[in-house]
Amino acid sequence: MAAIASLGESGLATPAERPRGMQVRRRRRLNVFRYLVFTVFGLFFLLPLLATARFSLEGNRLGSWSLAAWKEIATYKGPPPLLPAIEIQLELAVATCVVVLVLLVPTMVWIRLRVQWISRVFEFLCLLPLTIPAIILVVGLAPIYNFIRHYQLSALTLFFAYVILALPYAYRALSAGLNAIDVTTISEAARSLGASWFTVIARVIVPNMGQAILNAMVLASALVLGEFTVAYLLLYNNLPVELFSISRNTPNASVIFSTSLASLLFAFALLLILSYAGRRRHRGRG
Amino acid sequence: MAVVTATETGVRPSRAGRRPSIPGWVGTVPFLAYVGVFLLLPAGIVIVDALKNSSGGWQFSAITELGNPLVRGYFIGSLKLCVITSVSGAVFGAILAYAVASGNPDGVVRRMYLAGSGVLAQSGGITLAFAFQALLGPVGLLFHASWFYDFPWGISLIYAYFQIPLMVLVFMPAIDGLKVQWREASENLGASAWQYWRHVGGPLLAPAFLGSTLLLFANGLSAFATIEAWESQVAYTVPQQISISLSSEVGLSNINYADVLALGMMIMVVVIMTGYALLQRRASRWLR
Repeated sequence: MAAIASLGESGLATPAERPRGMQVRRRRRLNVFRYLVFTVFGLFFLLPLLATARFSLEGNRLGSWSLAAWKEIATYKGPPPLLPAIEIQLELAVATCVVVLVLLVPTMVWIRLRVQWISRVFEFLCLLPLTIPAIILVVGLAPIYNFIRHYQLSALTLFFAYVILALPYAYRALSAGLNAIDVTTISEAARSLGASWFTVIARVIVPNMGQAILNAMVLASALVLGEFTVAYLLLYNNLPVELFSISRNTPNASVIFSTSLASLLFAFALLLILSYAGRRRHRGRG
Repeated sequence: MAVVTATETGVRPSRAGRRPSIPGWVGTVPFLAYVGVFLLLPAGIVIVDALKNSSGGWQFSAITELGNPLVRGYFIGSLKLCVITSVSGAVFGAILAYAVASGNPDGVVRRMYLAGSGVLAQSGGITLAFAFQALLGPVGLLFHASWFYDFPWGISLIYAYFQIPLMVLVFMPAIDGLKVQWREASENLGASAWQYWRHVGGPLLAPAFLGSTLLLFANGLSAFATIEAWESQVAYTVPQQISISLSSEVGLSNINYADVLALGMMIMVVVIMTGYALLQRRASRWLR
């Protein structure tokens, strides 16, 4: 992706945007440096992905080509089967996004309007998961999940932990969005026109921070889609855990490579959409 | 009596707008309850269990297990891996971040690299190990690297695949914060490119660079998925050993081995992240 992109860039890097003070010679040297860097890093990042793509297109005989592994994503019988794991992964992403937003948005608005003094503690708690990474959190979560397991729930219960992992990223995105609007003024306006607190949050503030909410959702989903540690150690089967087991049962099964590449591309598409959605919004405003 | 009722009725209408009985902090209770159960409680369990023996009594000697040569081996393994990948990731990531940042701020390259970095840094996990296995593994496409399963060099290469993107993400804002005017001013005063970086750009970026290196260090320390997919039979690092002792109860006698390891790691990460926060504050003085 990088190499293709660097070709497109040559037309876009308009010299007019550069400082006039920079001499032509120096500018040219900078460009040589940039294309060199893009080529080297582009190769480093692309080659493993290309190798994955080639492995996923391997036919029955060595060196042949086939789409079988891509068709197999939906039908792989296992052990273990893939489709239920894909479903659970997507459900986990949705559940995590919903719970993170329901938990954070009203609380953040409320704190900004009514209880400013608590905001420092709140920020600390939201960023705390950065210092307690998944591998540590899971050790403490094990007894709690042993308790939850009595109720025989599916792997979907993992979202309780995923919400915590997504908390710092969602908090940063939402906090940037809230800083960009004048929460106090618009909510006072709505309140004095007779709106309830629910209306203020759901129909006045949330529509004004759509971009930030989208940001938070994309970051949370990208995190959930690749999450392995917590699921693996709490003995739940999500997509990465199933891929891991397939790789142990059948080393170099093509379906591992097609599915991993598909999930990487899916996350990449999500983040790219986010970046363009942000630009459109920005232009619309300016 | 009459006076009292009069004041009461007199006060009420002015309060009627907001219900006075509920204090404001009640609105934060759902959040606090959730964080309490799924973040603070697990952290507390790790700390308390690390300091207890199996019969339930307090036993601070459990912590001294961190000095056990076997346990120390895992920490040294983790440290080796983290030093190599955080320093190399920071240097290469900074070069790449500068190359990306010096282009069009709205261009395709920048979008591609930032989105790609987000994917590789955030949701790579086990897929990255598969990708390198396809490229360099025993049946790899490019060549069959004999050192692919060597610790720490084989795994370091794979770690670079998510450390460099993370560096791009966290270091980019610092480079964007370098003002064009500073460069122009130094050029007008006759500075060469080397002099600019030596006396202006370098010192300005140094705190952000060090802070980002620390963040990469913490990230490498806590990474587990990639190394587990790379080699799940032999434990080289602390996270792998935590995994082993969580899934099998066999460990050093009489202590909660996983909890002790996790506590040791938690202390390291807290120290590192505190350093990161301090350096970030220092960095933000100029770069905004």
